[in-house]
Amino acid sequence: MSEYEILRLIWWALIGILLIGFAIMDGFDLGTAALLPFVARSDIERRITINTVAPVWEGNQVWFILGGGAIFAAWPALYAASFSGFYLAMFLVLATLILRPVGFKYRSKMEAPLWRTFWDYALFSGGIVPALVFGVAFGNLFEGVPYGFDSDLRMHSTITLLSLLNPFALLTGLVSLSMIVLHGAVWLNLKTDSAVKARASAVIPYAALTYAVLFALAGWWLAHLPALQIVGSIAHDGPSNPLNKTVAVVTGGWFANVAAHPALWLTVAVAYLGTLGAVLLRHRPGLAFIASALVPFGTITTAGTALFPFLLPSSNNPNHSLTVWDASSSRLTLAIMLGCVAIFLPIIIAYTSWAYRIMRGPVKASDITANSKSAY
Amino acid sequence: MDIVDLSRLQFAVTALYHFIFVPLTLGLSILLGIMETVFVMTGRPIWREMVKFWGILFGINFAMGVATGITMEFQFGTNWAYYSHYVGDVFGAPLAIEGLMAFFMEATFVGLFFFAWDRLSRVQHLIATWTLAIGTNFSALWILIANGWMQYPVGARFNVDTMRMETTDFMDILFNPVAEAKFVHTISAGYVTGSVFVLAISAYYLLRGRHIEFAKRSMTVAASFGLASALSVVVLGDESGYTAGHNQKMKIAAIEAMWHTEPAPASFTVFGLPDLQTRTTRYEVSVPWVLGLIATRSVNTPVPGIIELVDEARTRIANGLVAYETLVAIKASPHDSGLRDKFDAHVADLGYALLLKNIRPDIEHATPAQIQEAANSTIPNVPVLFWSFRFMVAIGFWFIALFTVAFWLSAKRQLDRYRWFLGAALLSLPLPWIAIDLGWIVAEYGRQPWVIEGVLPTALGVSSTDAGNVLFSLLGFALFYTALLVADLYLLIKYIRLGPDDTVEANPRRRLAMVEPRP
Ligand code: HDD
Ligand code: HEM
Ligand code: HEM
Repeated sequence: MSEYEILRLIWWALIGILLIGFAIMDGFDLGTAALLPFVARSDIERRITINTVAPVWEGNQVWFILGGGAIFAAWPALYAASFSGFYLAMFLVLATLILRPVGFKYRSKMEAPLWRTFWDYALFSGGIVPALVFGVAFGNLFEGVPYGFDSDLRMHSTITLLSLLNPFALLTGLVSLSMIVLHGAVWLNLKTDSAVKARASAVIPYAALTYAVLFALAGWWLAHLPALQIVGSIAHDGPSNPLNKTVAVVTGGWFANVAAHPALWLTVAVAYLGTLGAVLLRHRPGLAFIASALVPFGTITTAGTALFPFLLPSSNNPNHSLTVWDASSSRLTLAIMLGCVAIFLPIIIAYTSWAYRIMRGPVKASDITANSKSAY
Repeated sequence: MDIVDLSRLQFAVTALYHFIFVPLTLGLSILLGIMETVFVMTGRPIWREMVKFWGILFGINFAMGVATGITMEFQFGTNWAYYSHYVGDVFGAPLAIEGLMAFFMEATFVGLFFFAWDRLSRVQHLIATWTLAIGTNFSALWILIANGWMQYPVGARFNVDTMRMETTDFMDILFNPVAEAKFVHTISAGYVTGSVFVLAISAYYLLRGRHIEFAKRSMTVAASFGLASALSVVVLGDESGYTAGHNQKMKIAAIEAMWHTEPAPASFTVFGLPDLQTRTTRYEVSVPWVLGLIATRSVNTPVPGIIELVDEARTRIANGLVAYETLVAIKASPHDSGLRDKFDAHVADLGYALLLKNIRPDIEHATPAQIQEAANSTIPNVPVLFWSFRFMVAIGFWFIALFTVAFWLSAKRQLDRYRWFLGAALLSLPLPWIAIDLGWIVAEYGRQPWVIEGVLPTALGVSSTDAGNVLFSLLGFALFYTALLVADLYLLIKYIRLGPDDTVEANPRRRLAMVEPRP
């Protein structure tokens, strides 16, 4: 393997790690927001729920921002094609995500019930919509989206919001939503006491069951979808130009990787083990949280390895599909960015863990009343 | 409006809007660090109260900064897809490093700043506050390295096989002189904004006769930090002019409305009415020598005028066309090394040929008249630049005067003595935002028609999405942002009115801690 090829593989894995980091870390606070109207009835219960994530959601959200930045730096063609292709879906996600920082901060700064209820629903939509849309986006990757390039590598696409909202993609959207809700419920089970905890804990088995069924259903459906396969050989260290390969359409082909390497079934096993663990261990909230963190890990690695080496399949110009071998940055940029990740990621993990340690323990009603002005 | 205009408008609106909140975050975070340092050193509870009160206002502002920043991060992909493909290899890296190095830091420690008062020791909390402040400043550094590269694209070259710019020397990008000048000028502008904010609101309290001790102490901090920052904005603004002077000659000429090359040393026009049609400036009042000194740091280098720069652009377009034709030939026969050598000899002007794409798609058939038209399009909007620049500079000198007086009064402990001074301080509240937005207009609008100076024309950078989508998102953001701004201002005013006594926690436990003797 050449150095460029290894760098491309590492960066493929790193983007996966960032997405998993995002789903695990931001996942529980999106899930918490999605559960807000259901687990918390009174104002004080809502404040307890929101304050479980108050000191940490901001750092968590950076996993999402960094995901965007890292795709820009390492896979610029993917950044350009996917975000402009999914234009309105992106707008929807951005619009609801924008409400979160403001919602968290502003909600309890005024007493008026209408003001608070408004922000509660803004936070709720900021939890539901991104969780759903990210899942929908993943579903569309497997189905392929209509786009292609001209010889200047300018992208032309005919993707519309409605075409993204097709049945398979809606199913994967629900897989993602149920995963996030499960994770949020497990978090609330860990970080609250009394009524909120009881309701969150009651959600866990239902969310887990929904996820388990929908994930299996999506897998079954996937086996019947047309998939892409590169025909002949492609240089793994060639220039990043997606116009130089031939791609064929094969039904059921998304299972080719797992057929070739049966060990990949482990990713599915991890997802299901995590789901089971989240339910069985819910009376040991810390362990249950670790278990439910395995669910996004298993789900995303399953999807990523099935797609490999494709990043963004094209439905009407399969030859132009972006792959790991022809959509990356230059060797130099990948190497520099790898150096930066190697230095900063351990530092980030260190101070993030420290911050979680400082803020450990459940949020109680008395914490809110004692700090009524400064708490969310 | 077509997709290019809509995308530009959306970028301008969202960026200028993001930059309402950014400078206050930059300035207030440092001021909070200073105030808390005094608290930890003296143990006087009033200083903690200051940190908490200004911290509430900081938090309200910070939330908006984050919310609007998220849009920015993804907008390159949604609206500027060809741009992202063309320069992502270079431009994406500082953006990603900003996330790794700065955003995680500020976002993690802002949580501790607000929620860990009871869980951290005084020194630990102080460290968290300073880490937050340093994080925001790192963020400015990396984004301005990215933006500096758009103004002065060093350390990269065009790759024929991938049809895009690729990094050749990362150190050149990192130590880009334009980025350095921009960074120091912009963060100083942020510090000035924070200082004016604290000064003006404290002046309001003094005018009302409320929170006297609190306001005077806050003003003292703002006065000294503000004076240093105001001086550095002006001195380092001059540095921006100098770096722009040797790589963006057209921008400098436009700021000056200087139609013809002047013999060295060039004079600086204080007043005049630039006229685009006749290409002259009427009623000019100028000061000899000053421009030559700012732009070239010498008395014998001439500063080129707009008309001469257009002639130069025409030559470069012709040269760029050779590069373009060779590129087309290379696509047909990729292994011809002779063609590649020829391309390398002309590639520096490829971007100039691309300017013709606005006029006709098959640019290799451009007529001399069309080449002239493309050359003319390199002239930015002269009157806008001329006036934006002058207002920014005027505000800069006003700040020096304001902070000098404030500093002098605080040294004499007479901050609450002169109502005219307090009134002037309060009325100055909007000025930093006006200066900053004017500054960005000079920097970004003055770079037109380029999105990457000399490399990629703005019009080519857009996505090939439907203009209707962009119109929809533009209206959506405008609506959203307006509503959020109303909520933001409402809360800020509410908490400023309430003042420190009523907003800072009435927590009995905390009161006890405050009268604690120094450990
Ligand atoms: C000179 C400084 C500066 C400039 C030119 C920009 N920003 Fe900014 N940005 C900041 C300085 C900053 C900051 C001070 O770090 C902010 C403002 C308030 C805040 O919360 O952090 C921030 C927040 C912020 C966030 C949220 C970070 C978080 O969650 O903590 C994002 C994603 C961006 N910005 C992205 C951008 C992009 C893509 C820009 C360019 C087009 C941009 N910013 C211009
Ligand atoms: C690193 C930070 C920034 C980058 C990378 C950047 C990049 C860009 C890009 C890609 C465009 C669109 C192309 C164009 O029309 O020029 C643009 C336009 C613009 N930007 Fe920036 N920008 C940055 C920061 C800002 C900030 C903070 C402001 C002001 C608050 C700003 C003000 C503008 C304006 C006013 C325009 C519109 C100019 C026009 O289209 O006529 N920019 N910038
Ligand atoms: C005598 C005073 C000043 C001078 C000589 C000056 C000079 C300049 C110049 C030449 C630019 C354009 C740089 C470019 O095109 O790349 C600029 C941009 C800018 N100015 Fe100023 N400026 C002054 C005062 C101020 C003040 C008072 C503020 C705000 C408080 C401010 C904020 C900005 C900002 C935010 C930018 C855009 C970022 C940048 O390009 O650095 N400036 N200034």
